[in-house]
Amino acid sequence: MMTQMVLRRIGIGFATLIVVSIIVFIGTSVLPGDVAQIILGQSATPATLAQLRSELGLDQPGYIRYFIWLGDMASGDLGTSKAGGASIVSLTSGRLGNTMMMAGIVSLISIPLSVALGLWAAMHPGTWLDRVITFGTLSTISVPEFFIATILVLVLAVELHWLPAIAYMSGDETGWQLMKALAMPLLTLVIVVSAQMIRMTRAGILNVMSSPYIEMAILKGVPRRRIILRHALLNAIGPIVNVIALNLAYLVSGVVIVETIFAYPGLAKLMIDGVQTRDLPLVQACAMIFCATYVVLILIADVASILSNPRLRHPK
Amino acid sequence: MIFLRSLAVVLLRKWYKTMDKLLEVKNLKISARSDEGKEIPIVKGVSFDIFKGQVVALIGESGSGKTTISLSSLAYTKPGLHFAGGEVLLNGEDVLSMAPLRQREIRGSNVAYLAQSAAATFNPAITIGEQVTESAVLHGILSQEEATKRAEELYRALELPDPDRIGHRYPHQVSGGQLQRLMAAMALCGRPDLMVLDEPTTALDVTTQIEVLKAFKKVIREENAAAIYVTHDLAVVAQIADYIVVLYSGEIMEQGPADQIINSPTHAYTRRLMDAVRPKPGAGQGVEVSGEHDRDIPAVEVSKMTAGYGGVVNGEPKVTILRDVNIKVKNGQVMGVIGESGCGKSTLARVMAGLLPQAKGDVKLEGDKLQGSLHDRSLEELQKVQFVFQMADTALNPKQLIGDIIGRPLEFYHGMKGSEKHRKVSEILDMVELPADFASRYPMELSGGQKQRINLARSLAASPEVMLCDEVTSALDSIVGANVIKLLTSLRDKTGVSFVFISHDLSTVASFADTIVVLYAGRVVEQGPTDEVLTPPFHPYTRLLISSVPELRLGWLEETMEKREMAVGISKGVEITSIGCPFYNRCPNAIEGTCNVKNAPIIELNNGHQISCHLKLTELNDVEESTNAALSASESNNVVSISSNWDKS
Amino acid sequence: MTENNTREEEVLAKLDTFDELPDAPPKRRIKLSWVGKIAVAVVVFWMIIIVIGPSIAPYHEMDMEGEDGFLDAYDNFYLGTDYLGRDTLSRIIFGARNTIGISILATLLAYCIGITLGIAAAVKGGWIDMCISRINDSILALPSIMLGLIAIAALGSSISILIGISAIIYATSVFRIARALGQDIMVQDYVEAAKARGEGLWWIIKSEVLPNAAMPLATDFGLRLVFVVLFISSLSFLGLGIQPPASDWGSMVRENLQGLTYGSYASIWPACAIATFTISINLIVDDISAKSGGSLAKKMV
Repeated sequence: MMTQMVLRRIGIGFATLIVVSIIVFIGTSVLPGDVAQIILGQSATPATLAQLRSELGLDQPGYIRYFIWLGDMASGDLGTSKAGGASIVSLTSGRLGNTMMMAGIVSLISIPLSVALGLWAAMHPGTWLDRVITFGTLSTISVPEFFIATILVLVLAVELHWLPAIAYMSGDETGWQLMKALAMPLLTLVIVVSAQMIRMTRAGILNVMSSPYIEMAILKGVPRRRIILRHALLNAIGPIVNVIALNLAYLVSGVVIVETIFAYPGLAKLMIDGVQTRDLPLVQACAMIFCATYVVLILIADVASILSNPRLRHPK
Repeated sequence: MIFLRSLAVVLLRKWYKTMDKLLEVKNLKISARSDEGKEIPIVKGVSFDIFKGQVVALIGESGSGKTTISLSSLAYTKPGLHFAGGEVLLNGEDVLSMAPLRQREIRGSNVAYLAQSAAATFNPAITIGEQVTESAVLHGILSQEEATKRAEELYRALELPDPDRIGHRYPHQVSGGQLQRLMAAMALCGRPDLMVLDEPTTALDVTTQIEVLKAFKKVIREENAAAIYVTHDLAVVAQIADYIVVLYSGEIMEQGPADQIINSPTHAYTRRLMDAVRPKPGAGQGVEVSGEHDRDIPAVEVSKMTAGYGGVVNGEPKVTILRDVNIKVKNGQVMGVIGESGCGKSTLARVMAGLLPQAKGDVKLEGDKLQGSLHDRSLEELQKVQFVFQMADTALNPKQLIGDIIGRPLEFYHGMKGSEKHRKVSEILDMVELPADFASRYPMELSGGQKQRINLARSLAASPEVMLCDEVTSALDSIVGANVIKLLTSLRDKTGVSFVFISHDLSTVASFADTIVVLYAGRVVEQGPTDEVLTPPFHPYTRLLISSVPELRLGWLEETMEKREMAVGISKGVEITSIGCPFYNRCPNAIEGTCNVKNAPIIELNNGHQISCHLKLTELNDVEESTNAALSASESNNVVSISSNWDKS
Repeated sequence: MTENNTREEEVLAKLDTFDELPDAPPKRRIKLSWVGKIAVAVVVFWMIIIVIGPSIAPYHEMDMEGEDGFLDAYDNFYLGTDYLGRDTLSRIIFGARNTIGISILATLLAYCIGITLGIAAAVKGGWIDMCISRINDSILALPSIMLGLIAIAALGSSISILIGISAIIYATSVFRIARALGQDIMVQDYVEAAKARGEGLWWIIKSEVLPNAAMPLATDFGLRLVFVVLFISSLSFLGLGIQPPASDWGSMVRENLQGLTYGSYASIWPACAIATFTISINLIVDDISAKSGGSLAKKMV
């Protein structure tokens, strides 16, 4: 039964990816009218337009273009950028690495931090530290990412001169320099992502904490530590894994803002530039990379929560 | 000299008594704090003692504070409550004023708690074995190995299946009745001085309740543990308690030894509680019905009906709930439908009401065929059949005024408006014995019993021919429930409405119904006039059901425990089969090769009494005789029987 | 003894009048903590600014009255000037209309779409529900900022497009909530009772479903509004939302970002404006939603 459910989830994940690709494709190639017109501008003659159209395959019906595009995407051919005609693969590869590195470091810091703080707050509800955590995280999730970033720049770069305000990287930084360049965007992302995770971990544990079996554990004389770590945590693992995956996905939007504000050469910055210049193939490619990552993360969370459910792990 | 001796005896007795006193509750007060910070007393100065090896029952209805008082022995209150005064001495030491760490030590080792719903109190993510032994090991009473061994012994004593391996399973892998017994093992594992049992059998079916009660009684006796038994059910208390404390609204009304409270209660409230207990179902309870409303055509007739869920393929639903049901509800009569959870009794009512179209068969209203689906029924047909839901809490829209709730059917079926509707609403409120100004209240502002009356009133407003009442008294306290039954009886007499009265409680059905239908695993196993169904010959399942209803007298359980040896396979679950007799796997008289492969024939008896069984009538009578012989042999002479004045009230 | 008897009579009298009467009927009143009250005040303050803002602002949002860009507070320029020498305070006051006004419009639109489809899916069920839910889940499976970026890349940016995009993106989550609420209510016994009575679908929606869904949906409106404000501000911050020279809090942060390095607060003030509004709404919602769970934790030793 469990394998069935997992396979079902994976199937749904694939289906979602297909739908996502349709949305991305429709959003960027069918709606805006004539791509050839955009490329050639106002001065285009009907003849050159028609020629470019057939070159781009635009004279074919939409669904055929979709399948060709999907096939290219799946085989790793992300197409060519409208601006400068460079291959998108070459544009994105280095950028993707930068973004992945940042996301990786942020996850490594924020996951243990948030689970620990969320657990601690859930264990001591109503104490002043819990209130500080609750209020602080609520405020953090209520404000835009760029608010956190500007405040950090103001305090750490402008007032204290501890860190540079821009994360410019030439590619050959190492060790301390790299750390310094990355510190500000990392800090912003860690704060943004952790706030949500702490809140949801705390809520998840507290939700489990109101179950009758926790009351039973108290009445059996089980110590607080064991109640939290054995009775509550075991049941909260599913929800917590879900929270983590959801919030790593939340990184996506954080990354967009942070890369822009600190001029960090990542994939999101590339995409924003693409949107501004209306470089549609580039936007398509970047959107697909982000969305696929997102869908995969959600899928992992779903599977993890299925695996952590004792009812499914030990069927009748 | 004599004086001195008697003084010594008195002193000795006193000393002995204090030594033996396990728990002393002295002037205990517990309060809640409202949002405005006002103190609301919940328990108002309660005192009683528990001696070693004694079972003390706290009995009362909801809001009596019985659970709250029982938890004080663990120095615990539910969130939102706090101790406002008094002492709870355990072995002479006040648990309320102990340091928190010491309180934790007491919980689980000296005092153990057994909750009402085992399904909710077992942690779904931890194995049963770990949970049963956890407390004993944590408190250092036993090592893990010793605890595991002791747990296995307890599983055996509690007659749990597969005692060697049940500990490795997870809570969702065992049945409800087994979990309830496993919780007893969990409480007993650390050999506590005192067990607190909080309504441990209330959520169970009668036939399961007996098994669990039996197991509890046996281990309490063997372990010589003292216990607080919290319940609202006097009949259960009579079986298990040595001493009874009667509570009402946080105060003790009366306390004393079990036989005194059961046999000669002094307080008027206790007597009222006793009155609300319906007598054991038996002959002579069927109410004589006047021929006033009698007509030849049955009000509702269900024939050859099969129903279930999940889409119909070739006339067979995916999940069959009811199979081949034939019943008739006579005009102006009450048909009781009895069966345990999952037997399909609610489904039967839903099919009649049109909420669930049947897969096969017909439903007729006054001789005219009713369409299966609601949408195909005419307004008049809908108006004539009214459904009354079990839980008034969820059956009444919280955002509508009572006046609108009752007024809607008047408007919808009878086109009433304005002052006419208003007047009629008052009239109907009067019929259900509620004041007219309730029309301007919201359901939330009413008590449970009042809500149930509104629930009935809404159906009455449609002026139906048939009312389908689904467990309408099950969620109510006994006195409140008895009042609702009284109301239903008077409504039947006044209006001539026919009732289909569904309940899991045989005593309630027996006291109210003219005919009874016994359902088991989706099939009618026996039906007929109340008197006939409740007297032999019985279908084997009906016999089991009747013998499982606890009687309000001391010593009943002991008798039954001996008699029960004959009812084999009792702890087996209900199996829904498509062929053969549904009761086959639990029936003591089952015939291998017949009962499991062929559908049972219907034996026609007097006055339309029908039993669906492979046994011949003579064989059923034989079974009855041998059972009676066994019973009378085991019957002790000093059993006190309670006469109830239920019939008079 | 007499005392006992009176008590006994009291109890019996109580039982004889219809069952037990509950003590003072519980009236559900929304009680706010002092934090909640402050939050309400802040939200009301911004609402007033939206209505009367332009008439009380010292300058017009476009006026380059300041002596220079990125000046600290002086004279009538209480919050200094921005990169073009415009009065920051006036631009924040004008910006409230754009940022909050557009967000409220978008959220209202999202609610109209989401509730209509959600309740329809819940009530109708079957393949209608299947279709809408599947499409909805797929849109919901994408980060909202990605959808926004794709749409703006395709359609360009204008205020109506911005409202439309946000409404569609956030209608998906409203749909989910409305559908879940609707499904919960549809299986309640009181709806079953109405069905058994033969009531029509519209009557059931109007009298049974909507009144019971109203309160939870109202609370959710606050949360959704916060998300929309953050979404639109983020797009504006990226230069893809509300276009200059119109003042808007998100774009104001972006425009004045380089001033930060000279120590100008011109980009901090609009960011703070957003923060006060969104934090306040979240605090109110937090205050209203039932607090649960914490009580048992206090009982642990």
